[in-house]
Amino acid sequence: MLSFNALITICFGYVAFLFAVAFWADKRAEQGRVGWVRSPMVYTLSLSIYCTAWTFYGAVGYAARSGLEFVTIYLGPTLVMLGWWALLRKLVRIGKTERITSIADLISSRFGKSNLLGVLVTLLAVIGTTPYIALQLQSVTLSFEVFSGGGVAQEGGTDTALFVAAGLAVFTIIFGTRNLDVNERHHGVVMAIAVEAIVKLVALLAVGIFVVFVVAGGVGETFDRINQAPIADWDLRPDRWAILVFLSAAAFLCLPRMFQVLVVENADERHLSMASWAFPTYLLLMSLFVVPIAVVGLSVLPEGANPDLFVLTLPLSFDQGSLATLAFLGGFSSATSMVIVAAIALSTMVSNHIVMPIWLNARQGGAMVTGDVRHVVLLSRRLSIAGVLALGYVYFKLSGGGAALAAIGLVAFTGVAQVLPALIGGIFWRGGSKWGAAAGVIVGFGVWLWTSFLPSFGEGAVLSAAVFAEGPWGIGMLRPQALFGIEGLDPLVHSVLWSMLLNTGAFLFVSLLSFPSPLERLQGATFVNILRYAESASGWTGGVAEAEDLLMMAQRILGASEAQSLFGEEARSQGKQGFLPDVTPDFLERLERKLAGSVGAATAHAMIAQLAGGVSVSVEDLMRVADEAQQILEYSNQLEEKSAELGRTARQLREANEKLVALSVQKDAFLSQISHELRTPMTSIRSFSEILMGGEKMNPDERRRYSQIIHDEAIRLTRLLDDLLDLSVLENGQVILNETDDRLENILDRAIAATEQQDGTTPLVIVRDRAREDVALHTDSDRLAQVFINLISNTQKYCDAEAPQLTISVTKVSGQQVVDFVDNGSGIPRDAQQLIFEKFARGTDHRAAGGAGLGLAISREIMNRLGGAIAYVPGQGGAAFRVTLPELRAKAA
Amino acid sequence: MARLPGPLFLARQSYRRRRLGDAAKLLPVFGWVLIMLPILWAGVATTAGGFIYLFVVWALLIAFIGVVSHFLSKSENVPSETSFVDPEEH
Repeated sequence: MLSFNALITICFGYVAFLFAVAFWADKRAEQGRVGWVRSPMVYTLSLSIYCTAWTFYGAVGYAARSGLEFVTIYLGPTLVMLGWWALLRKLVRIGKTERITSIADLISSRFGKSNLLGVLVTLLAVIGTTPYIALQLQSVTLSFEVFSGGGVAQEGGTDTALFVAAGLAVFTIIFGTRNLDVNERHHGVVMAIAVEAIVKLVALLAVGIFVVFVVAGGVGETFDRINQAPIADWDLRPDRWAILVFLSAAAFLCLPRMFQVLVVENADERHLSMASWAFPTYLLLMSLFVVPIAVVGLSVLPEGANPDLFVLTLPLSFDQGSLATLAFLGGFSSATSMVIVAAIALSTMVSNHIVMPIWLNARQGGAMVTGDVRHVVLLSRRLSIAGVLALGYVYFKLSGGGAALAAIGLVAFTGVAQVLPALIGGIFWRGGSKWGAAAGVIVGFGVWLWTSFLPSFGEGAVLSAAVFAEGPWGIGMLRPQALFGIEGLDPLVHSVLWSMLLNTGAFLFVSLLSFPSPLERLQGATFVNILRYAESASGWTGGVAEAEDLLMMAQRILGASEAQSLFGEEARSQGKQGFLPDVTPDFLERLERKLAGSVGAATAHAMIAQLAGGVSVSVEDLMRVADEAQQILEYSNQLEEKSAELGRTARQLREANEKLVALSVQKDAFLSQISHELRTPMTSIRSFSEILMGGEKMNPDERRRYSQIIHDEAIRLTRLLDDLLDLSVLENGQVILNETDDRLENILDRAIAATEQQDGTTPLVIVRDRAREDVALHTDSDRLAQVFINLISNTQKYCDAEAPQLTISVTKVSGQQVVDFVDNGSGIPRDAQQLIFEKFARGTDHRAAGGAGLGLAISREIMNRLGGAIAYVPGQGGAAFRVTLPELRAKAA
Repeated sequence: MARLPGPLFLARQSYRRRRLGDAAKLLPVFGWVLIMLPILWAGVATTAGGFIYLFVVWALLIAFIGVVSHFLSKSENVPSETSFVDPEEH
């Protein structure tokens, strides 16, 4: 027999292998080579987290005790997969369109983005899942004990559970919280789960084949043994049979971890098509050998052996150490993959529906808080993961393992199934309302607690024997296992029946009586009709929020570069330049959905509402609710498109017009400015030269002074004319570029050296990161330096901070090298941002009117010639210019 | 409001597609009936017999859904020319 230490080594090796797989998959995905990491096969395999250790080990034990009844646990999900076209397709489509992050998010989003429902479902999920995690810890502990011979069981056992829980927490935190956006999916985790799925299937098949063909001696002999076994007669109990198929189907849909892999991690709706037959096949193979293993185990192993561990003890009793190790790894895989996904799913819910709303409320100013919110969300998710696993461990310790825990599987199923009426009602019936859903979930939750969860601890543990026999305070109608005085039902059937009936009843009844808010009705119409109309209901009226405020908020949640590219794209699609699109209802809706992928629908809605000034429903939206309006809309689509295009053109025209008007004003101002600029030196040149002409009695000192003034003024004139000439040459494309190889760092050094001021003004502090500036360029470095000099001297002139500071950062944005110049002044006012790159434009502050307002215009022309770009980036704290460097051209060319 | 006019009949391809969708929706009901059938034999059934029955039914259902899903996903890639009167599918 394999030594305990060898097993530990194998176990660590396997875990290291899983880390490597997850790391590799994440790496591949990062490089954009998703490929078969996101294939329908991997999706199908990831669904196998339905088969936990409870089914891996427990199915055999279940079969040894009650024969074929265990199959129901697999038949329910099979039926759900068979019905993918009607139900799962819709769920996945909703999940994608609305960027759903968890089952709690789905329910909350459907019923008017209500956080109350989110919290309810989250609580239900945590209470229903904690015992289940404890069960997985128990199974790993038990399987270790089998190998250690039970000797070190007690001491070693407790440690095992703690180690496993801690290890899983580390794995989940590393690979489960890499991305904030849940919709970006956890490639590493899913890949590791797929590998584990193969391991557990292979392990169970190997044990099954060994048992059937080696121990029993063939298929015929196995059937003989089945016929002689204590479970030869199929003790089919119709009520349990029907209820269990229903319950497992419901749990398959509602378990937080199943929702995570089915809907949230789904990369492509078409994967369902393959999963529809491949996953039932997986389930069939998983359960094919369960009865043979149970029967052979019952006949071969000594009386009193724990049937829950037959999968391990059978190979061991025939001295098949390696087969037993494989079986052990199978069980280990089942337990760990379930815990990992459950922890991710629960942490997302807890973080989005409980922690984030509290955190946002606690901060004054809500969405307008400063700083990056992303780290808060990630931290709260990581803490939630650790919390969920700690909860599972504590439950395991408190319950002391044992049989009480083994019975919890179906109890947990019943608990999470309480979401089903709200879920199904929500996506198929537009009349379902928030209060209906809340009533249903609360009633179902309560009945489940009373009839299933609390009694599961045993008589006398939480509820006293007297309560079981006579009901609370002697009210016989409320006996936990005989509600309303109806006795004789199987406890499970009793609990499922009453909780689901009362839950559904409450949901329907309250929904029929209540009147939903407009947002609820819109969400209802969107969810129910998701397959018909790809568009979603909107509820924002635009114009109230400033695009810049929205950008600042989005940057903190999505990260600066992603938010900027989102805003930039939107601005382009509206036909505008720069990063600030018009705040249209469409844009608000898209932004909200993007944010929902990170922090959940309810939180995202609340954040936007704080900036946009609340939700309102426009007349068009209400028309959309009405079915008849749909028909008209279909036909007026073209019209709408045309009018949208007209609107776009009009907007462009309006902008062009505004720009022209402003330019003409600027031009007038410039003409008077330039004549002034030309006149002043001219006047002094003329008058001083007149003095020189007529002044014989002048001493040489005075003469030198006067001619120096004439000289300086002439230089000033020349510089002005040079600038004008430079610009016109650049604009006419007559410039010859002198391209050389250089490094960005050198160019920046030269630019900074050229702008150093000798006079007594406040020196400008320049912050650089030289390590990032090591970029090779092939360009006209003198021209590029000219642009940098311009930007730096502009900061010197216009930055109005007490201690002016300029941060020069070099980054890569969507494959292009950019250099950002951000100062700490008050920035450029919104209405001036449009004009600064135009000729003759000048900042409003004439304090430092040293130039003629040509610097930025020249810079823009230079960057265009060099093949790069220069733009103003709003919302960065001060004035911020982004220079996009020309791409390094192939030298061979 | 009167319904706006549209073609009364669908093209053959769209018609097939819809019926395939119907088949896919009916399959779980059909499967449920087959799985519930053993209730009728409660008390006289043997585990060996039940084992064979259930796994054969299971395998057949998988084969059915495999065929239906295959054709459904194949037809999904074909652009439907009558999509505007085919709201159920697009």
